[in-house]
Amino acid sequence: MLKYILKKVGYLVVTLWIILTATFFMMYTMPGDATQSSMKVLPEAVAANLKAKWGLDKPVGEQYVIYLQNLLQGELGESYTTPGLTANTIIEQRFPASLQLGLQAVALGLVLGIVLGILAALHRGHWIDFLTIFIAILGVSIPSFVFAALLQKYAAGGYFPIVGWVTSGSSLADQFKYTALPTLSAAIGGIATYSRFMRSSVLDVLNNDYILLARSKGLSRFQIIRRHVMRNAITPIITIVAPQIAGVVTGSFVIERMFSIPGLGRYYVDSVNGRDYPMILATTVFFSFIFIFCMVVMDILYALVDPRVRKGIIEGKKAR
Amino acid sequence: MTEQSTSQTIAVPELSADQFVRVGVDEQLSEQLQRPSISYWQDGLRRLKKNRVAMLSLGLLAFIILMCIFAPLLYPHPFDEQNIDMTNQGPTWQHIFGLDDLGRDIFARIWIGGRVSLAIGVVGALVSLLVGVLYGGISGYFGGLVDDIMMRIVEILVGIPYMVVVIIVSVFLGKGMTSLLLALCMTSWTGLARLVRGQVLQLKESEYVMAAKVLGTSSYKIITRHLIPNTMSLIIINTTFSIPGFIFAEAFLSFLGMGIQPPLTSWGAMASLGQQQMAYYPHELIFPALALSVTMLAFNLLGDGLRDAFDPKLRQ
Repeated sequence: MLKYILKKVGYLVVTLWIILTATFFMMYTMPGDATQSSMKVLPEAVAANLKAKWGLDKPVGEQYVIYLQNLLQGELGESYTTPGLTANTIIEQRFPASLQLGLQAVALGLVLGIVLGILAALHRGHWIDFLTIFIAILGVSIPSFVFAALLQKYAAGGYFPIVGWVTSGSSLADQFKYTALPTLSAAIGGIATYSRFMRSSVLDVLNNDYILLARSKGLSRFQIIRRHVMRNAITPIITIVAPQIAGVVTGSFVIERMFSIPGLGRYYVDSVNGRDYPMILATTVFFSFIFIFCMVVMDILYALVDPRVRKGIIEGKKAR
Repeated sequence: MTEQSTSQTIAVPELSADQFVRVGVDEQLSEQLQRPSISYWQDGLRRLKKNRVAMLSLGLLAFIILMCIFAPLLYPHPFDEQNIDMTNQGPTWQHIFGLDDLGRDIFARIWIGGRVSLAIGVVGALVSLLVGVLYGGISGYFGGLVDDIMMRIVEILVGIPYMVVVIIVSVFLGKGMTSLLLALCMTSWTGLARLVRGQVLQLKESEYVMAAKVLGTSSYKIITRHLIPNTMSLIIINTTFSIPGFIFAEAFLSFLGMGIQPPLTSWGAMASLGQQQMAYYPHELIFPALALSVTMLAFNLLGDGLRDAFDPKLRQ
């Protein structure tokens, strides 16, 4: 088991290194640098000073080594367009909003998705089954920005504000008021994916002999569902939650923009459009880290939860 | 037939031997098949044709594609023509979907945008199909060290968040259709490569491939006769689902302003513009969003139908 975890962490490090190296050199070859980015022509000496300050006069290899050293000390870089603003500060300020939105969206998606999926599978052909299928198909066919726009147009304006976000000290009512619509828009894809997955997973489990055995033992319907169906049907969902969580936490770029949420995703898009290379690099590395970290944690969790997978790993087979 | 057997007359007066004709066992006749044999593909197609939802989606997609090809040629208003005095006008008989904030005809733009969106979906899916099948096929067929190394590379690529890759590549190569496609293709093939590899590994161990090997069939023939046809259904289903994935990704990036750049447009780019006007002129968002969603819906439903018809696991 320990070997498996170490292997996964090894992948994390290698993948992250590849991403940051590739991004670093791509950003390096981009035309323009800090001295040209602020639209005004700087005097020669000032430009040289600035270059020296940011280490841009050194050869690229040396810059890369310096960058890696800084990164190992936790320094992600400093903005060109807003001198003095470090990426660390930005992440500290901006990430909590993204994280809150992401976690709420995943939680909502999981709860609604799992409940709908189970209900649909247990009542095949019932209206709730059709409702679930309908939501599942619609959820993957309507982009979240369209869904968000429709919510803004038709649901917001009264009780729910159209745009905006909470500050850390807001009351619970405010929290709900401001985060409900963005969370719902970010969760719609998740609800669709999970409910569909859960439905087929439960149907799969119901066909097994041990359900028949449980029924013939005289267990109640509720007990069968809770003890036998749920436990077996829910574990595989971990495999699809991993990319989803990472995707929601890092990928709510669109939702953050539409609801004017001061999150990191929005800052990322802004820094890309503003060509603020050190910040692009820093946020890319940070997002990638979060993404890969989630994937690795989920892989390990899956192995811990499902005895079949655990056994496979211990016996040296490939976990699938 | 006429050959009479030695008759055994029994004392039943009503029945005589010449009332009977011996049919006998005709071996050729008993070997003959009663119904025409149905190949895997014919069977799948038959199932698909029975699936009304899938056929309807197919028809809808055909309609959308035909409109994308011919509507811009026949419609009187070009997609970049501006009517400054009529900006943001709602749907009228002259401009059936209305005009956008720069006075451009939305109906004309929908089909031009559809060309771009569909092209990205189809080209992206084809490229990732080609790369994925080749990569997965080679990895699975050769196995051993080659497989190990190739799969390690895939595992690293899978770990890269694709949204970030797309954004970084479009920063690097500049915004536009080519860089968008390149970025989308860079990571999208890994899923199919894994699927194909798994299937090939499994098939390689199967009895009929072994039988073919024992009979001295060449590698080339084994690949083209056994491995490729048996992975085909998987590939087709996967590709049908990956087309809407590409269209989705393009829409998101264009929505963020990182995809298709004006004067060219796509459904995502149009929705992005429409969203800014949504409060007062909802038709500018609704029509492109509708086009996008209906297309996605049709592809997803068709994919479901194909899976039901062709997936060996679901067919039983």
